[in-house]
Amino acid sequence: MEHIVIIGNGISGITAARHIRKLSDKKITVISNENAYFFSRTALMYVYMGHMKFEHTQPYENWFWKKNRIELLTAYVERVDTENKKLILQNLQEINFDKLIIATGSNPNKFGWPGQDLKGVQGLYSKQDLEMLEANAPNNEVCKRAVIVGGGLIGIEMAEMLRSRDIPVTFLVREDSFWNIVLPKGESQMINEHIREHHIDLQLNTNLETIVSDEHGRVKAVTTDKGETIACNVVGLTAGVSPNINFLKDSGISLGKGVKVNQYLETNIADIYAIGDCAEQHQPKGNRRPVEAVWYTGRMMGEALAQTICGRKTPYNPGHWFNSAKFLDIEYQTYGWVFPEAVKKEYEEHFHWRHPKEKICITIAFHKESRQFLGINTLGIRMRHEIVDRWLTQKRSVESVLEYLKDANFDPEFYSQYEKDIVAHYNNIFGTNINPKKKSWKRIFSKA
Amino acid sequence: MKTIKHIGLVLFLVGLGIFSLLPLTGSFTLSADNLATVAENQNIRSEVFVQELERKVVGKTFNGLSTFSPTVIKALEDANTQHRKDKEYNKIMYVSPHDMVANLAKVSGEGFLVNNKVLMWFLTFGLGIIGALLFILPDAILLGKKGIKNNGIYHSNSTSRGWIAWLVFVYLITFYLLLYFRPEYAVNWTYTVDPISQWLSGNPAGHWFVYGFMYTTVMTVMAARMYIKYRHNAYQMVRTTSVLFFQIVFAFLIPEIMVRLQMPYYDFKNAFPLDYDFFFQWNLRSLLNSGGIGLFILVWGIVLTLIIVPVMVYFFGKRWYCSWVCGCGGLAETLGDPYRQHSSKSLFSWKVERWLVHGVLVFAVGMTLMTLYSFFTESGTVLGIRTQSVQNTYSLLIGAFFAGVIGTGFYPIFGNRVWCRFGCPLAAYLGFVQRFKSRFRITTNGGQCISCGNCSVYCEQGIDVRAYAQKGENIIRSSCVGCGICSAVCPRGVLKLENGPLKGRINPTDVLLGNDVDLMELMNKKS
Repeated sequence: MEHIVIIGNGISGITAARHIRKLSDKKITVISNENAYFFSRTALMYVYMGHMKFEHTQPYENWFWKKNRIELLTAYVERVDTENKKLILQNLQEINFDKLIIATGSNPNKFGWPGQDLKGVQGLYSKQDLEMLEANAPNNEVCKRAVIVGGGLIGIEMAEMLRSRDIPVTFLVREDSFWNIVLPKGESQMINEHIREHHIDLQLNTNLETIVSDEHGRVKAVTTDKGETIACNVVGLTAGVSPNINFLKDSGISLGKGVKVNQYLETNIADIYAIGDCAEQHQPKGNRRPVEAVWYTGRMMGEALAQTICGRKTPYNPGHWFNSAKFLDIEYQTYGWVFPEAVKKEYEEHFHWRHPKEKICITIAFHKESRQFLGINTLGIRMRHEIVDRWLTQKRSVESVLEYLKDANFDPEFYSQYEKDIVAHYNNIFGTNINPKKKSWKRIFSKA
Repeated sequence: MKTIKHIGLVLFLVGLGIFSLLPLTGSFTLSADNLATVAENQNIRSEVFVQELERKVVGKTFNGLSTFSPTVIKALEDANTQHRKDKEYNKIMYVSPHDMVANLAKVSGEGFLVNNKVLMWFLTFGLGIIGALLFILPDAILLGKKGIKNNGIYHSNSTSRGWIAWLVFVYLITFYLLLYFRPEYAVNWTYTVDPISQWLSGNPAGHWFVYGFMYTTVMTVMAARMYIKYRHNAYQMVRTTSVLFFQIVFAFLIPEIMVRLQMPYYDFKNAFPLDYDFFFQWNLRSLLNSGGIGLFILVWGIVLTLIIVPVMVYFFGKRWYCSWVCGCGGLAETLGDPYRQHSSKSLFSWKVERWLVHGVLVFAVGMTLMTLYSFFTESGTVLGIRTQSVQNTYSLLIGAFFAGVIGTGFYPIFGNRVWCRFGCPLAAYLGFVQRFKSRFRITTNGGQCISCGNCSVYCEQGIDVRAYAQKGENIIRSSCVGCGICSAVCPRGVLKLENGPLKGRINPTDVLLGNDVDLMELMNKKS
């Protein structure tokens, strides 16, 4: 029986394992040194905030793995011996494989800041990080202030977590507005306001210089490039993540930023594949990046690779880009491509609407000349994935999107609807005369 | 603000403390006149019993009920034994001895409590309400911006099965046991709400009035908490208002007013088979003897169960009843909301649920068929089984223990929908309709799910919502009561409760939206 070994039990590795089991009878072993069972990394924050317990982050009950004959091994892989097709574990045990899937995810970035390895300085990625944060910042007496470095998704999540225990937070962001390497100005601006509403000390245009130690090797302050010294007990380093591939250095597997793979998720060595955060595409599709550290892309790679491994060679061929996040109380969804001003394509034009009082806004990107709909960002409004995806495929015009915008609304029942205001605003700017159509189940469910 | 909360908590606990001590206090003296009145109202034909009471109880003053109660019970049981021996069957008293004690105690109470009913109402219910509101209302400011407010639920003793939760568990169970099986100890509570009962129905309050009043009050106060906690969510605001309205107007006010108008006591929204004794002989007789209104209720009750309920479930899902109208649901969605995360999501629990809830439905329907057979043929047994015994068993096991003691008592430890999920026969019936023929579904939004599990944790019905959402499948489950919390707590906007066309409602998927279109087609077309 062919033995498939998967390193990493995150969403990519586990999806691959589940789908291989669905399609075949192969022997499957999943190795992880983080936790015995698959858990949802995205939910770690909710454990700290007291919304759930760690066991709730595990999407499958513990009997699931045995029942589906997916062997779980808690171990750390020291080295991959590609020639003899075996793994050498930290305890020197060896494991032979017929096919190997590398799904080891990421590590938080550290940029060589002085003091970055002090006690109380940490990222927020793994289960161990969560446990560390619980120890470092159990309450606002032990942790009188925390400083978070890096204005991305994990940074704002960490700020939210600490605020849930009333710990004062200073948030250092390199850019002049929160996450404006991804969000257009209007949206980024709104999030800045929202962060401050939550009593988070947001410092834009500010870089970390050094992390200062006390006599016990524990952080006591940070200094910034603005010349400020901020006393703190915890420093959160959340300046992005990079592929976790150190253990592959001398394996002969071709590495770049991540494990280099082609569109079939194959590495340069036969029978060895890489998926998820740690994979780097030679040729990413469309506007996608070579390394995509996103939950659902990991899942999709797992879905695709399982087909290949089970005899139906299938490329990783993602559809229209989409993603979502939550900034404190504001939900964010994006479909298609809406680029921020700094990297906006020359043909890309934006239409932006913001609610006069509530923290709600949308941005629609379209082609200047052809008026083709390119993408939409919403904050505080939920959109129906299926509909927007269909519109992108159909290359609808921005006017048509606005006309049928109600079909795409996914907010809960009885919520106020803003399509009328949004369309009125568009008409006002562009001198058009669009009338929003009523929501139609027929259109929503027609597969055309 | 924090201080106000603390003051509120203290006031609430003082009120609760006085309320809890009341059953142990008071003095009771039964007068001969009152005994005669009760004997007449209760249709007591046993002179043995009356004489025994005249000898041992009348004119004597009892402190508390610890002697009063056993004396009356012994007299009643002795009298019944003698009548059985003498074959004087028409003199046997079938009333529960504890109800008899309660009836006698009610007319015997004297002293401070009986003379200061309004004051005592204030010191129990009044302090409880004011205290609870002072505890709850500051959250409107303390909780800050609109949004999900689940911080610290698993850190707080009371909401994470800590000792406070266990204390509440024991308290609630004791309360329900007392209410169902030792109603005489509720007599002192009835005095405090006598003025309200008199004003509504013209009658003094019994222990079920205390319960009804308390139920409605608790729901109203805890609804204030719902409004504050979910103020960002219009669905929750509307739904809470609806369920509160039906409790106050339909379950509490209308039945009492009907009694005042000499009509049968009836809750128009309480549908069979949740209303399991609707077809019991005594109820049918009472309805048939009540003229036009009785007949109307009879027809309404049947139409409600056979037509209105399933048709509404077809259009809106069982939520229209279970989380918008129902009284049990109403308490679960208000008082029970802090405990919703405790429902078990294991596959094992789901198996137990299916056996149990459908078993109760079979039990209820079987019992009703027996009842109707007995009613029309006027025979006391069906296939050798006594209809009355089956009814008594159901009333005790399902009506009292499951729906009452377990139904609410288990809130703090096993979640707020234990009865609705494992026991309610109406829910089982609605569930069939919802599962097989309904426009309702919880739509999963393409590939946006990140498997965080908030939806599953906060599903009060123990549905592993995430298991569906992470596969891109809609959630179509017979047990879903459509409370809408999964959708509310989802951080990524993945879930939406909606009513739409039946076609495509159930959509098993292996590969989610966002992946290769060909692969999606290949993997998903099996169905």
